[in-house]
This record gives sequence, C-alpha cells and structure tokens, in this order.
Amino acid sequence: MAKQSEIRYLTPLSVDVKKKKYCRFKKNGIKYIDYKDPEFLKKFLNEQGKILPRRITGTSLKFQRRVAQAVKRARHIALLPYVTDLMK
Amino acid sequence: MNNYETVFILTPVLSDVQMKETVEKFKNLLTDQGAEIVNEEDWGLRKLAYNIDKKTTGFYTFLEFKADPSVIDKLEVNFRRDERVVRFLTVKQDKFAYEYALKRRNNKGGKKKEADPSSADSRKRKENVRVNESEQPEVTTNEKED
Repeated sequence: MAKQSEIRYLTPLSVDVKKKKYCRFKKNGIKYIDYKDPEFLKKFLNEQGKILPRRITGTSLKFQRRVAQAVKRARHIALLPYVTDLMK
Repeated sequence: MNNYETVFILTPVLSDVQMKETVEKFKNLLTDQGAEIVNEEDWGLRKLAYNIDKKTTGFYTFLEFKADPSVIDKLEVNFRRDERVVRFLTVKQDKFAYEYALKRRNNKGGKKKEADPSSADSRKRKENVRVNESEQPEVTTNEKED
C-alpha cells in the first residue's frame, strides 16, 4: 500500500507557478487609450491584426472595450490594417 | 459647445500648396460656423495600412476644435462632397480624451519651443514608461514532490 504513493518520475513534474495576469491600464493608471498611436495598439493585436482576447492580455473588461474602440478607429483611418499577415 | 477632434486623409496626388489650401478650406468652414480651433497637427504624407482608392499614401491632418453639435453634420457633409478627402473620422472628446489631448498639446508645445532632441527623447522615454509595463522576471520555483 505504501509503495503506491511512492511513484517516481524520471523527470520532475513541473508545477508551473502561474503568473497572475493584470490589467496594465489599471496598474499604470492609464485612463484614455489613444487611437492615434498604432504602435501601442499593436500590443493588443495578433499577427493577423485581430484583437487579442482578454484571457490572453489580462485587460479588464472596461479597458478591453476601450481598446477595441480605439483599434477600430485606428483601422478606419488606415493607421492599422483590417486584415494582414505577419504584422510584427 | 463640445470638444471634438477630427482626423482626415487627403489624396496624395495633391501638391503641397493644394493640400494646404484644402486644410485651410475646412478650417475656415469650421470657424465660419462659430467653432474655435484649438489645435492643428499636420502629420504629413503617411503610408496607409491598406489601400484606399488604390492609393497607398495620404496626407494626414488632425484638428481639435470646440463646436456645437450641429457643426459636425455640416463638416461631415463637406468631407463627403470633397473628392480630395479620402477618409475622415470625427470623435467627440470625453473627459479622459480631453485630459489626454491637453497633455498631448502641452508636450507638443514644449517640443516646438525647445526644439532640441533631448526634450523629445525624454518625452519618448516618459511615454515608454507609461506604455510599457515594467515586467520583472519572476523566479519560478519548481517544487519537487516526492
């Protein structure tokens, strides 16, 4: 019975300590997201120019809405592409 | 009176003089309607992120102004009628946008007055600090369990 609990692995089990995600806007006290700054907005886009979900960026709901709004405005005035490949 | 900002793109086929003329036209249109222009920025000829009317570049102009809501309708009608304008975007500034715009204007004014690279540099650095999250490399501890 005691032997069952003594399971040994060849490689130590990696227990990933998950890094807590946080909302960078709340943390840094950013209140307004500028649609005129495409370089900043690119942090919230993937390679194809799609908006990254909150579960990846960790942005709070309130600011995710504002990011989305800013990205859409930037797309309209051709500062960001609607569709692309290999943006970065 | 509300605060608005507008970005519009003019076709690259215009000469510099024609471009300035067009910008003047819209500025006059605004002032004639009783709007007060607060800030004007000329971003110059920029590359577009995607083609618009088979053009890859455009003259960007950014205006900030105080106006009554009725002025916006007239302005946008004129944007649509003018074939030199390929794209425009008018946004009402909420309180956060207004604060941001104030800061932006002050930064720009400071840069213009001093016009030395060090101030521009420091501004950029400040922006980076604001923009970039300071990520410390976290030491992950893998605990071995027997």
